[in-house]
Amino acid sequence: MLSLTLLLAITIFPPEHVQARDIPNDEGGKIVVTWDRINAPELIGYRVLRQQRNSDKWDTLAFVGRLNNRYIDDAAVNRIEYRYQIIAVAESTQAVSQPSAYTCSLPQWFDTSTLPALLGTVILSLIFVFFFDRAKRDRNLFIRRIAGLDAVEEALGRATEMGRATLYVPGLSTMSDVATIASLNILGEVAKKTAQFGTPLIVPVADPIVYTVAREVVKEAYTTAGRPDAFHQDIVFFVTDQQFAFAAAVDGIMTREKPATNFLIGMFWAESLIIAETGAATGAIQIAGTDAVAQLPFFITACDYTLIGEELYAASAYISREPVLLGGIKAQDYSKALIVFMILVFSVLALSFNLPVLSWL
Amino acid sequence: MKRRLPLLIVLITGIFGAVAFFVPYPAIRAADEIMRNDVQRIIAAFSLVLGVGSIVQHHMLKIQRRAQYYSYSYITIIALIITAIIGVFGGIDVTRPGILPTRFGSFSIHIQTLYSNMMVPLAATMFSLLAFFMASAAYRAFRARNLEATLLLLAAFIVMLGAVPFGRLIHHQLPAFAEWILAVPNTASKRGILFGVELGIFATSLKIILGIERGWLGGGK
Repeated sequence: MLSLTLLLAITIFPPEHVQARDIPNDEGGKIVVTWDRINAPELIGYRVLRQQRNSDKWDTLAFVGRLNNRYIDDAAVNRIEYRYQIIAVAESTQAVSQPSAYTCSLPQWFDTSTLPALLGTVILSLIFVFFFDRAKRDRNLFIRRIAGLDAVEEALGRATEMGRATLYVPGLSTMSDVATIASLNILGEVAKKTAQFGTPLIVPVADPIVYTVAREVVKEAYTTAGRPDAFHQDIVFFVTDQQFAFAAAVDGIMTREKPATNFLIGMFWAESLIIAETGAATGAIQIAGTDAVAQLPFFITACDYTLIGEELYAASAYISREPVLLGGIKAQDYSKALIVFMILVFSVLALSFNLPVLSWL
Repeated sequence: MKRRLPLLIVLITGIFGAVAFFVPYPAIRAADEIMRNDVQRIIAAFSLVLGVGSIVQHHMLKIQRRAQYYSYSYITIIALIITAIIGVFGGIDVTRPGILPTRFGSFSIHIQTLYSNMMVPLAATMFSLLAFFMASAAYRAFRARNLEATLLLLAAFIVMLGAVPFGRLIHHQLPAFAEWILAVPNTASKRGILFGVELGIFATSLKIILGIERGWLGGGK
């Protein structure tokens, strides 16, 4: 029996074709080692060894299972050459492979996998810059109507006539969210109008950085509107960064102050319906806007007007009627048309000629 | 200078942020990491002080002016002070006590006690209200006032029936049809919105980086 086991052990062959190469498109420090897997029932796994050039010492890096034929050495130092050896380990014996060729890891200056993204960025940037420039010359660019934004003036007028406040909630996200930046751009335009109309404005904020920026935006808007005297520190105030505590505070403001108009514009999560339904119950005219697709149905249900997705980003340009900014809306529309065209062309190529279009993107 | 400096900072950091996406070189990635995490955290720490200052100022003004419901402002200010004192001097929990005696027999009032026994139940209460709001919103949405609302009602009815065993009893293909509504028309419209959103984000970022959109500075030239 013993002699039979030894006989089986002798049949373990060393792994062949051990290769080591630098992982492309990364910051370096990683080398991938590959080898041919051995089909032997008594094999337990592989031990991966590494040797630095001009050194006699072999370091054990890892022991991997028998089904593996690949190991990533993420402890390699850039520009230092290493070679690798794989030991096939069975219960009673082991077989050592030939060492791989020397290789070293290098950091790359360009991640080639991002090439389609770079091309897309360049093409879209050119479209936008073209329309920004065109908007400067052609001041009569046709921009499609956005009902929710046409209603802003009407909603603010209503608040003025009723002698009640306007509530503006810029979402619960931070300044690193583009939806929040878009919301603050709209806040600037809304604040200009409330300053002109003399309508009280309430802006509760859920993030300290957003609070700081929102306060400056409103202050600057009141100054631009020629009413710096009407601005006071109490217009914009920080409440809390706790999601439902913030929702409770906004609901409290809605029921106590009974604002005639509520703007719920920015990034919202589960609190969206709690806030919007309370606003609807107080009888306020509500304009909401978010790019959170999951919250859109709640806003559409509970609010009078909803800015859906891209309309949120077009809003400040639309309200301000600044020609260059309006060029951006036009560019957005053309870019969308280009994307739709590409989807159609790529779908035809993929379906008719079985081309691997997904791998091009 | 008051305007040019922020615009210049945005131009440089905006372009750098975009470049860091395409360049994996360690020095660039490390600098990007510092900008995104460390610098942002430092700014957030300073802003938190402004935020707390804002809460205190807002409620002190209400108390001074004897505004409507000003008594609630007393509660906020007192709660803020007590929580801050316990948070700073009272320790985190039983295993990490502070310099204040916040443990009375088996009862402790550490910051973790306040959080687990007050903040969490209060937040859960607010969240549970969502169920009632959802019912009232659904009632409003599903009233068949026009063609769109009728289609919405119909789609929702099929999806809901398809999700329960009773749907299969009505017709064995109903769950598959409900699944199709979610997977095809619903996903298609979601993706359409997302395309618009991504383009909007791109446009807004470009306008801000190039200094065309200055709303975040309060508008003006």
